[in-house]
Amino acid sequence: MHIPDGFVNAPVSVAGAVVAVGGLAVCSGRLGSSIRDRDIPLAGLAAAFFLVLEAPIFPIGVGTGGHLLGGTLAVALLGPWLGPVVISVVLVVQALFAGDGGVTALGVNAVNLALLPALIGYPLILGLRKLLPRTKAAVVAGCAVSAVIAVIAASVLYSLEYAVGGAAGVPAATVAISTIGTYSIIALFEGLVTGLVVAALLRLRPDLVRVGRHLTAKAQT
Amino acid sequence: MSGAAHNPGADLLIPADTPLHRAAPQCKVAATALCVLFVACTPKQVFWPYLGYAAVLALAAAIAQVPATTLLRRLVVEIPFVFFVVLLPLLATGPTVELLGVHLSVDGLESAASIVLKASFGLLATGVLAATTPLAEIITGLERLRVPRVFTAVASFMVRYVEVLNTELARLRTARACRGGDPRWLWQARDTAACVGALFVRAFERGERVYLAMASRGYNGALPTVLTGSAAGARAWTVALAVPLVYGALALTGWVTR
Repeated sequence: MHIPDGFVNAPVSVAGAVVAVGGLAVCSGRLGSSIRDRDIPLAGLAAAFFLVLEAPIFPIGVGTGGHLLGGTLAVALLGPWLGPVVISVVLVVQALFAGDGGVTALGVNAVNLALLPALIGYPLILGLRKLLPRTKAAVVAGCAVSAVIAVIAASVLYSLEYAVGGAAGVPAATVAISTIGTYSIIALFEGLVTGLVVAALLRLRPDLVRVGRHLTAKAQT
Repeated sequence: MSGAAHNPGADLLIPADTPLHRAAPQCKVAATALCVLFVACTPKQVFWPYLGYAAVLALAAAIAQVPATTLLRRLVVEIPFVFFVVLLPLLATGPTVELLGVHLSVDGLESAASIVLKASFGLLATGVLAATTPLAEIITGLERLRVPRVFTAVASFMVRYVEVLNTELARLRTARACRGGDPRWLWQARDTAACVGALFVRAFERGERVYLAMASRGYNGALPTVLTGSAAGARAWTVALAVPLVYGALALTGWVTR
């Protein structure tokens, strides 16, 4: 999913960079006073977590390894402003120090993987929270479903970007089919992992799950 | 191993006293980022600029006394990613060449070669940076380059926690192997995912202790001023930016002569 250099052309890369910088500026601007005492260490841990899980520890059959993208998990734990910041820090480190994803494609990657979960995943989690009963299981299910949808949305968005400015010589339809196909499977893993992490945290440390705070709010007051 | 959380990235650092080790971190960080960016901008049909890039990088590595083998070993992390790139010549369309009876797209071959070269260069360049600059200084350099505080704070916790997570993951894997667990296939995913959940909670609890220890010693989101160093002079910036200038010129010539 991390687009390498030269996979999309210059106009798309520049447009991606502009959108990403603008979006992240809004995020870090809105953070301000809403940030909690332990949000930064938690954000650092989440970032390290996504970096470590980059090692394909859950292989899909043969050949392809899926890895956690983490965008929805990040917004579920940290909120829509800090989540994208975390994922974009991971993307920059991966591009510069691990050769994963291109430097010129950083903007596009940040839009797909950092901003999109905040724009799609977070509202979905909140929407599902309203619809479903106020239980831990419902929050877990909401996060998992939102993660699946956000990953599929990211693969669709990537296919659109490639259709607009693809530069690798592979036909856009081939890219769209293989990307959306592969990422539908990865999305299920993403949903499963997101759900299990949220479930584990709600059980052991409910204070760390931002979207689950309505569950504990009553007990505190 | 237990000390690793206090000194992240130490395995990449090669201590020595060279002009590159002494240079201000913000200059090194900016120069490296610009070099990688310029290399990434090289058009995909031209390959000669890479000789120039490699020569300048080799010179920098020689000045910094970084052994070539250490640097080249970094390329190992690329291997999974190369497998993906290998498919490009088979999937791409357009004119083809025949190699060992297989039709390979020229366009796809060029894309694949250029992607691998650019990624490798990025790894080697950041390898020189990491070998000459402790991670704390890299983050200081980013702070001096006016990167917003929230990004550098998250990044510094991230490098600290990577080590915590890796050791915790190793413990989980050992424990799982002892119980005969060896998840490998799709239908065993639940086991892996359960491990991931446990890993997150355990690592956070360890990481929280690291954070509380730091907070009790006066950590307030920024690195102490002792570490942040001073502003780099005009001369330091000129020397540092001369390197990316060469890279920019090479990439530009690549576009002109394409």
